Amino acid sequence: MTAAERVAGGGSPAVAIARRFGILVVSVAVASVVVFAFMAVLPGDPAQVALGVNATPELVERTRQEFGLDRPLVAQYLDWVGGVLTGDFGTSYVTKEAIGPQLLDRLGVTLWLVGAGMLVALLIAVPTGIVAAVRHRRPSGVVVSAASQVGVAVPAFLAAIILVQVFAVQLGWLPSGGWTPPAYDAGAWLRGLILPAVSLGLVQGAVLTRYVRSAVLDVQREDFLRTARAKGLRPYPALVRHGLRNAAVPVVTVLGVQLATLLVGAVVIERVFVLPGLGSMLLDSVAARDLLAVQGIVLVLVVGVLLVNFLVDVLYTVLDPRLRRS
Amino acid sequence: MRGNLVVGAALVGLVVVTALVSLLWTPLDPQAVDASVRLLGPTPEHLLGTDKFGRDVFSQLMVGAQTTLYVGIIAVGLAAAVGVPLGVLAAMGPRWLGELVMRTSDLVLAFPALLLAIMLAAVYGASTLTAMIAIGVATVPAFARVARAGTLQVLSREYTLAARAGGRSRWWIAWRHVLPNISGMVVVQASVSFAMAVLAEAALSFLGFGTAPPTPSWGRMLQESQELLAVDARLALVPGLAIAAVVLGFNLLGDGLRDRFDPRLEARR
Repeated sequence: MTAAERVAGGGSPAVAIARRFGILVVSVAVASVVVFAFMAVLPGDPAQVALGVNATPELVERTRQEFGLDRPLVAQYLDWVGGVLTGDFGTSYVTKEAIGPQLLDRLGVTLWLVGAGMLVALLIAVPTGIVAAVRHRRPSGVVVSAASQVGVAVPAFLAAIILVQVFAVQLGWLPSGGWTPPAYDAGAWLRGLILPAVSLGLVQGAVLTRYVRSAVLDVQREDFLRTARAKGLRPYPALVRHGLRNAAVPVVTVLGVQLATLLVGAVVIERVFVLPGLGSMLLDSVAARDLLAVQGIVLVLVVGVLLVNFLVDVLYTVLDPRLRRS
Repeated sequence: MRGNLVVGAALVGLVVVTALVSLLWTPLDPQAVDASVRLLGPTPEHLLGTDKFGRDVFSQLMVGAQTTLYVGIIAVGLAAAVGVPLGVLAAMGPRWLGELVMRTSDLVLAFPALLLAIMLAAVYGASTLTAMIAIGVATVPAFARVARAGTLQVLSREYTLAARAGGRSRWWIAWRHVLPNISGMVVVQASVSFAMAVLAEAALSFLGFGTAPPTPSWGRMLQESQELLAVDARLALVPGLAIAAVVLGFNLLGDGLRDRFDPRLEARR
């Protein structure tokens, strides 16, 4: 059963969406248990991990009591989840500071990066994918296909390194890293966002190009498009008027998967460009052995992925008239 | 396109041969540090020059191929060994089991390889092993889905119906009809997953969560080169292009095999 069938299977769209929402809620709940169990049960003792092997047993015991780690796991879990629901991610065992506010701050940076990366990917993929499909038997179409195949193989961090080398080090046009909040200096913010967004979006754009191409190729074989061409419409106008909406359905699915990939890819890109996003916070927290912070960040990222998948499934019902009717 | 298969197989073959040769021979000791030859450009002795410790880049690249293939083979092998039986079970077993497998795999998909590896590293420390396990676990759903879809297809064919009518057991059908018929799809998935595993391992090593020093790894070579970018971009380009070439190779191989196993698709292109 595909996601589309799952959504369509429930009768009316409203019922289907409500059903899908139920699945989302259950998935988020299970994911939170998994993340908690992973961090709380496996390592043995978070206080010991945070304090290091040289900590005295007394200090470990005091820390355990201070953070409530001596209580039963179920109580700890409920406490944690209850807090997360109100935006309270707990107090770091390491820095003794509240995790929530910092996490929210960092999330903002990551969302800008992911959004801009997605935009770059779409700006690359939609035009090149359509051209590659319409001209798929001609040299230009083949070249675009081959280029996207190569682009898929380039790791985002390699793209980042090359872009920094060219545009920051050699040409000096853009900063090689760092972050300026948009409210502080919009120009500096935009300049700082360009290279990370392009690094992130370039590779995803190449992946997406292949899907746009094959979706448009499929649509071109449909009878309604042949009819449109037979009526005398040129290839591109015919596609714009009749084909793109249909081609959008499979592309939107991939877009959802890609958004999830971008969210994780941002971790690497933030490292290269020294951006204060969720990814750098995650890596710093791991390095500092701040397990409660790791737990919170991982949960936010995983819920982000689940949320995107949910939205994609809902979009299906809106985009595809055939699915809507059933 | 036949070209995909040929180019993909050639690239993959090149890496496999390099890794095998490096088991027996490298031009120089990849881990030999020599401060007198730091950051050399290509010379007859050092074909791709040396890094900041004076280590031979070409030898490191050769041994790094081992790490790449090793991680890929274990991770993809683990994913296929778990995912394929689960997928077949999900299609052939009771309805609730299928539903359970697919729901669980949806959930696992929400934990991308990189995230899983970082979680594992946070708890157990970073190593090649945690990287392989994380990539493997994150790839299980891909195999489960392919195997399930393939099995459902096979089960709807006349020969399976005939076997069932002939009183053959479920497991006989799974062994005689399902597994041989989905093996092509599984191989294609393995090739594509291998490409993704290589990318994930490189990203992890780049972040310092993969293969630990001194074992050469392409991702770590890239990471070590980052601070020297302004001095010498060659150190980043060499491992970077190697990663891209392997990923390209496995992707092309996967595409080529897909066309081979499903001629209908080829006719469409």
